[in-house]
Amino acid sequence: MSKIGRFGDFGGQYVPETVMNAVNELNEAYNKYKDDPEFNAELQRLYRDYANRPSMLYYASRMTEDLGGAKIYLKREDLNHTGAHKINNVLGQILLAKKMGKTRIIAETGAGQHGVATATAAALFGMECNVYMGRTDMERQALNVYRMNLLGATVTGVDSGTATLKDAINEAMRDWTTNIENTYYLIGSVMGPHPYPEMVRNFQKCIGEETRAQMMEVEGKLPDAVVACVGGGSNAMGAFYDFIREPGVRLIGAEAAGDGVDTPRHAATMARGSMGIFHGMKSIFLQNEEGQIDEVYSISAGLDYPGIGPEHAYLASIGRAEYVDITDEEAVQAFEYLSKKEGVIPAIESAHAVAAAMKMAPTMSRDQSIVICLSGRGDKDVFQVARYRGVDLSE
Amino acid sequence: MNRIDKKFRDLNGEKALITFVTAGDPDLETTKKLVLEMEKNGADLIELGVPFSDPIAEGPTIQKASLRALRGGVTLVKIFGLVKELRQETDMPLLLMMYINTIYRFGTKRFFDLCVENGIDGVIIPDLPFEEKDEVDGYAKAADVRLISLVAPTSHQRIAEIASSAEGFLYCVSSVGVTGTRTEFKTNFDEFFSEIKKSVKIPYCVGFGISNPEQARKMSSYCDGAIVGSGIVKIVEKYGKDSVAPVGEFVKSLKDGMR
Repeated sequence: MSKIGRFGDFGGQYVPETVMNAVNELNEAYNKYKDDPEFNAELQRLYRDYANRPSMLYYASRMTEDLGGAKIYLKREDLNHTGAHKINNVLGQILLAKKMGKTRIIAETGAGQHGVATATAAALFGMECNVYMGRTDMERQALNVYRMNLLGATVTGVDSGTATLKDAINEAMRDWTTNIENTYYLIGSVMGPHPYPEMVRNFQKCIGEETRAQMMEVEGKLPDAVVACVGGGSNAMGAFYDFIREPGVRLIGAEAAGDGVDTPRHAATMARGSMGIFHGMKSIFLQNEEGQIDEVYSISAGLDYPGIGPEHAYLASIGRAEYVDITDEEAVQAFEYLSKKEGVIPAIESAHAVAAAMKMAPTMSRDQSIVICLSGRGDKDVFQVARYRGVDLSE
Repeated sequence: MNRIDKKFRDLNGEKALITFVTAGDPDLETTKKLVLEMEKNGADLIELGVPFSDPIAEGPTIQKASLRALRGGVTLVKIFGLVKELRQETDMPLLLMMYINTIYRFGTKRFFDLCVENGIDGVIIPDLPFEEKDEVDGYAKAADVRLISLVAPTSHQRIAEIASSAEGFLYCVSSVGVTGTRTEFKTNFDEFFSEIKKSVKIPYCVGFGISNPEQARKMSSYCDGAIVGSGIVKIVEKYGKDSVAPVGEFVKSLKDGMR
């Protein structure tokens, strides 16, 4: 086994030969710029002036009072430009793409948040942008499709397989294989071949670093738990990373259990997955005994992925992070709860983290605290949740 | 002696025709007939595609064939069963073209044990690059199964390292992109193959996008043989169980074009 880009046994670079040089070229460029003062100054400027960083840490007093246990803080990634944490990674990678002389950006998207963030950054940098999106996801996230078009991106519908996120990734990889010379593949999560998992985590780790500083300021101590939703796992990795070295801080990822992990309709990779090699990485995947990748399901298009980033698989394997399952029903209840209790409509993805925290908080004491990474805002999900509740909003 | 090595020795400079079908498309019985018919009509080596749910290196033609085969209930164990049956009737080199997850999940040692037991001579794994080949290399060598290496027009400085340690034959990918037929090639073949020639010690064959006798003739003139996949799978898609005769004719036209 190669030692390149490994987290324990997980990670690696399992991609076709045609893209190996592009992967290596990216790795070299990333290593050249990651500690470059000029590059980082430019990125920090974009974070501050364009993306609205640092994001606020908000004490959810009504929720805390109602649950009657640990203090709840919300890390407000939903207040970032484009409405989710995705912009953090996109700005880092597009800056790198520009340094590498690439002129065309491709991306995959599930819920559409990464696609919107990529289309936004491509507009900002004047680059051509093509976003791959499963046809099923295009239907449930029509608003984001329109948004990407508005930003000048082309959205290509993917009909193969389950027509969701994994199929969009397959198609983006095929495009990359074909247009390798001028195209930069801007992966939206901590997944894919090395260096993506490490690079995307590093572009997202500002979430956890800011959280540490903010908690020290308001509480004078670290949180007892950090909770984040996990599909591929980018907001969770970003929120967790700075706390991995703090054994007193529990790290909890909330997976999408759909109709429940004992039904065929879920996307709970850690609960029901097994080791495999797919999408460029060795990690945990939902697959059958023949190694065919499962069709997965969640109400949340952003968590509807049959795998998880390799660093999460590693953190789970050494017992450093815990992963819990949240069903559609629990997520929708949390979506409604946070809206009514705090006046914050969370993304349905983030609502999975809210639901996990709602279960934990009452079991903890009042001098303890939980930080929920509120990875995105929920405007995009209102239609979907209404439909789930049997309300027809169509005109 | 491994059948791939023996075949190239026996060809003694004659251009090799390597053909591909997806195993189990439309069913394994037809696949068996297709293999024997292709051999009869001049195929020198045959690749059996092991269907995978998410074949990222394949174009639409082979993607659809994989889905048809999977819907028909094909499994790796059943494909080994087919190989065992084929071995009663042919001694030609048979290779499996498959994705790494299928092997990993099956158990790498168990996989190569079954290759030996049933008569598989080589494996082609498009998503296992040189950097990761240790994943299977030791098992493949112990089983005397050739792990086929690929080089692409984007491989550049990687060609020397990959080509010099390749075994069986070197699979030269004609152009960037996924599998499937192409009307034209943008690759500078003189440059690409002269780079390969510098370091390769074994036969090298070209594939991806070759779909007619003229292309097979022209492309194989640069190297030791041509690999044809999607062109054949398209005929299977069109004629299903009745594809045996038309595939045979097509394979004959390819081989004639290369003579």
